[in-house]
Amino acid sequence: MSTDAPTRAEVCVVAVAECFRGDGERLCNPIGTIPMIGGRLARETFEPALVMTDGFATFTTTTLPPGTDPYHSEGGRLRIACEVEAWNPYPQMFTVLWNGRRHVMMGASQIDRYGNQNIACIGDWHRPKAQLLGFRGAPGNTINHTTSYWVPNHSPRTFVERVDVVCGVGYDRAAALGPIAARFHEIRRVVSNLGVFDFETPDHRMRVRSVHPGVTIDEIVAATGFELVVPDEVPQTRLPTDAELHLIRHVIDPAGLRAGEVRE
Amino acid sequence: MPSVPDKRMTEDEVVAELRDGMTIGIGGWGSRRKPMSLVRAILRSPLRDLTIVSYGGPDLGLLCAAGKVRRAVYGFVSLDTIPLEPHVRAARQDGTVEAMELDEGMLLLGLMAAAWRVPFLPTRAGLGSDLPAVMPELRTVTSPYPGPDGGPGEELVAVPALTLDVALIHLNRADRAGNGQFLGPDLYMDDWMALAAERTYLSCERVVATAELAEAGPFHTQRISRLHVTGVVEAPHGAHFTECSPDYGRDEAFQRHYAATAASPEAWEAFRDRFLAGDERSYQRAVDTWREERG
Repeated sequence: MSTDAPTRAEVCVVAVAECFRGDGERLCNPIGTIPMIGGRLARETFEPALVMTDGFATFTTTTLPPGTDPYHSEGGRLRIACEVEAWNPYPQMFTVLWNGRRHVMMGASQIDRYGNQNIACIGDWHRPKAQLLGFRGAPGNTINHTTSYWVPNHSPRTFVERVDVVCGVGYDRAAALGPIAARFHEIRRVVSNLGVFDFETPDHRMRVRSVHPGVTIDEIVAATGFELVVPDEVPQTRLPTDAELHLIRHVIDPAGLRAGEVRE
Repeated sequence: MPSVPDKRMTEDEVVAELRDGMTIGIGGWGSRRKPMSLVRAILRSPLRDLTIVSYGGPDLGLLCAAGKVRRAVYGFVSLDTIPLEPHVRAARQDGTVEAMELDEGMLLLGLMAAAWRVPFLPTRAGLGSDLPAVMPELRTVTSPYPGPDGGPGEELVAVPALTLDVALIHLNRADRAGNGQFLGPDLYMDDWMALAAERTYLSCERVVATAELAEAGPFHTQRISRLHVTGVVEAPHGAHFTECSPDYGRDEAFQRHYAATAASPEAWEAFRDRFLAGDERSYQRAVDTWREERG
């Protein structure tokens, strides 16, 4: 089987999938196109027990391409074109997340060195320069269960010295709360279009975990608005296997939506 | 068999029951199953200074654009296929609306607290975030029980009860007494909205005999009881342009047209004059004409 070389977007998909390695029977809840493809890839390969949603109101075993709406009306009745494991409407989703068996991957309009995340607005919250999503579920997610982030546009405007509003709680805020209040807090990874980052440092400052093929450390440092922890040896983000590329290209994202989120 | 009460009324009769300054909860989620015909009736009324509690979509956007809102309480405001509600963005950026922006789950807890008539419900959500900093009205509470390590009780966020004067919800079916049925994938928080309110007005696609509800779907879908409903409005296409699955999907073309009206005051005024000046029937006719013109 001859396979075209992996694209940057496909490297990102695999880096996302790796975030969910070891999660076992947990709700894998990636938000966004590449996160969704990455989560599905993890379940199709090394993490088969993951539970995933249809993007709406059910948990489904079906590998739905991103952006699929499985619901339709047939003679006035609701039908769903996927295999349903459980009904999980929004009120139930909050119960699941407060209960903790979930790993979410959210976006971040801004993120800082301790993993504090902002999706609410740019500027002063009381009179924002730009209103964005609002707090959404970020405060509840980050204090209740494992969270990772996906940032497709790594720049000094997204990786910032200080976020304008803390929506998702970072490690410095969690430390200030103390070990009891923060006992369910874990920011596992940040995946960007340039590399993979974690917080596995003594004071939980963000560290370069790997650099995507074709990207240099200098580029990452220049695109980051704070001082990253850069180990002496930084590995390259692993490439997709041929089997993974096949799944990404022909099963999970045949329409190629991943290319719309990350440019080459 | 006892006959159930008949609570049918019109949109305008519902709005005649509302007052300036009221706190009104609106059901649905984003741009899904919103009681839009009731929202449109508010738009053509003189009501003002409202506090709107909503998992927000074009309901909140329209009410902000029309200057009806003093305070908005929400977890997010989105049109789903258009991630940010443009009129609410403008209201926030222009400072014309006071905001209480909660974590999505906290909003549910606030409705639950109101429904159960307790002053607050505790949660871990909000700890460590800027929510308490930007909204000092959010208080914390210390657990009277020992912590998980046997030490002092945990400090948690106390989400205040979000007691509503009125809730407005839109369901697929209801009977004349206000027993409501959802036939789509999700009830959203409509049951909690109804329970958190002094009075709930329920609009629906069709009013049917109580016995017919069981034919439309399993009885598990009959999730709203007349116990908590004051009035029933039959409003076919009343959720337009939001989704009302499985009766109809979102009118994406019209939603884009609506969203574009945030670009300028002139665009908004033209939209308002064309679609919102008359009653619900004239709105539906204007939408039909708009659709025909587009071909």
